[in-house]
Amino acid sequence: MPTASRRILVTGLSTYWGGRVAQELEADDDVEAIIGIDRRPPKVALERTEFVQVADHHTLIRRIVQGAELDTVVDTRLVTDSITTTPRKAHENNVIGTMNILAACSGPETTVRKVVFRSSAHYYGSEQDDPAFFTEEMRRPHPPRTPIERDIVEAEGAVRDFAAKHPDTTVTVLRFANGLGPDIRTAHSEYLGLPVVPTILGFDPRQQYVHEDDIAGALVHAVRTDMPGIYNVAGDGVLALSEVIGLLGKPMAPILPPWGTELALPLLKRLGVTIPPEMRHELRFGRGLDNRALKATGYRLRHTSRETVEKLREHQRLHPLLRDQVGPYRYEREVEDFLRWSPSVRRPDEGGWRPTKEQVLELRRALDALEREDRSGAQR
Amino acid sequence: MSLPETTTALAPTERRDLLPGIEPERTLDDWGRSERVEGFFDQTVYEFYYRIWFRCEVEGIENVPGQGGALLVSNHAGALPPDAMMIAKAIREEHPRPRVVRPLVEHFFKGYPGFSMLLPKLGCVPAHPANVQRLLHDEQQLALVFPEGRKGSEKLFKDRYRLRRFGRGGFVESAMRARVPIVPIALVGAEEAQPIFAHVSALQKLTRLIYFPITPTFPWLGPLAMAAYLPAKFKIRFLEPVPTDEMGERPWEDQSLVQEVAQEIRARIQEELLDMLGQRRSVWFG
Repeated sequence: MPTASRRILVTGLSTYWGGRVAQELEADDDVEAIIGIDRRPPKVALERTEFVQVADHHTLIRRIVQGAELDTVVDTRLVTDSITTTPRKAHENNVIGTMNILAACSGPETTVRKVVFRSSAHYYGSEQDDPAFFTEEMRRPHPPRTPIERDIVEAEGAVRDFAAKHPDTTVTVLRFANGLGPDIRTAHSEYLGLPVVPTILGFDPRQQYVHEDDIAGALVHAVRTDMPGIYNVAGDGVLALSEVIGLLGKPMAPILPPWGTELALPLLKRLGVTIPPEMRHELRFGRGLDNRALKATGYRLRHTSRETVEKLREHQRLHPLLRDQVGPYRYEREVEDFLRWSPSVRRPDEGGWRPTKEQVLELRRALDALEREDRSGAQR
Repeated sequence: MSLPETTTALAPTERRDLLPGIEPERTLDDWGRSERVEGFFDQTVYEFYYRIWFRCEVEGIENVPGQGGALLVSNHAGALPPDAMMIAKAIREEHPRPRVVRPLVEHFFKGYPGFSMLLPKLGCVPAHPANVQRLLHDEQQLALVFPEGRKGSEKLFKDRYRLRRFGRGGFVESAMRARVPIVPIALVGAEEAQPIFAHVSALQKLTRLIYFPITPTFPWLGPLAMAAYLPAKFKIRFLEPVPTDEMGERPWEDQSLVQEVAQEIRARIQEELLDMLGQRRSVWFG
């Protein structure tokens, strides 16, 4: 039984996932050190996470891992959405980057005992003869069709090899369904943000989403719990695309032709609507994941797919009103260092009342019991 | 295996308990079935065909279990077979505890515009072994399968009521894995409702349909022909269930046993069909 994670490396700190995971881990008093690495500075305010700006070269990362005697690596750096960067950069990051991170964690004198790898449901692709619910041990029925899918399959292959060579290290791979939420920008949130949502004529694919809170929650859960293996992370419930668009209160426009869809997409792009390649099959065949393995580890998903879409609708309504109220966070090393280390800075948690850990736990237990009651009431 | 298998390692009770809860606000279930759309079809199209057009007669409805999963296995016929909807309607109408039946359909339909939208709404599920396992074992539902598949629906009128090969016995394997009984069904009438006289392979390639048949109404009436059946008299006979849970620890691994059971079920349906045809005096009046 490996000891609990205390000294943690978070890769991809500037991505949404990395930032959120670091924030959640900061709240945990048992975690001694959180080191975040990335090429770019973080986009969220962090209290005690130390940021090291570094390209993913394995010797550099190895020095950080060994220097800080890190026991856990949370790899959130994978690019799973081709709208965020160019295919070449994505490939570099996904395949070469993963190789480097894993290389930095291996070796005879390594201190790393746990690796949590963020992957994506794009691993499964989306095809005509897919099962309605993918389980983790299912292989893709067809070879990957798009660059991103190829990258993800290759990166997961590297992680699998790493797990085979390091039986003492707990390796957890989390395959996330398409994420939605107010702070996360993905191909799907852009698509569902359109005033009129274009669909393929004659198709109503099944879609499943995961709320951004559950993305962070599942990653942190994997850090705190010992759960070797691959897990699908997706909200309960699979919706039809028409249902999703209905929940968002938008008109659905089945304007894409069922045959020759690829030819119509450049036209759509001229109108300012980009549908990335890995999403094209999803709009035709859709995808559903089986999330029971994750639930069996004790993680309780906070939002179902339907609730996730409803939250998105709330956000879409409020966004135009709130847009300019809060300025975006900017990372400045000098300011961060001053605020963290200068003795002149007054720290908020000195003095004043804070609930103890036991009190928080008790409150959570009470809330859980309430919620369970609610749920059993609803089922009846 | 370096990374442990996570879902397959779950205990049977866990697999059931961890299924997503039902959200009453939703109009569709996770498979895409819409109570509203299915209800509409049930009240209009199915009702018309069941009562007036095909005048269905049902025997042995007590052989369909009132609870728990079961795999219904039937013979198959007609260019666009009407048998699935009639069996589903029969269970809804005649069974003391009416249940939803999930017909298993070919993956082909998922790629075909229109069908891809409509069939899941009507409760159809693509016939993937994982889907069948989830339906039968985890969700304890009724699934309906036509092991002849398209070989049954594309056969010509001159071959009517001669059962094709029952696939590779995959349906028996699925039922064994899910530990649910198999209920064989013999159905008379569908062969005459939409007989196929010939196939045109050149047009099949052009339209990318699974086949391009010549029937009394197709292609003359175009897409309308899909619902244009001749008014044959339908008789549906549910046969005694074949239990699969007393065949040993892992019976699905024994290929000879699987084939044997598949053969036996096929022979029983064939025998029953011949019996029903022998008693039949008229195609149209029964």
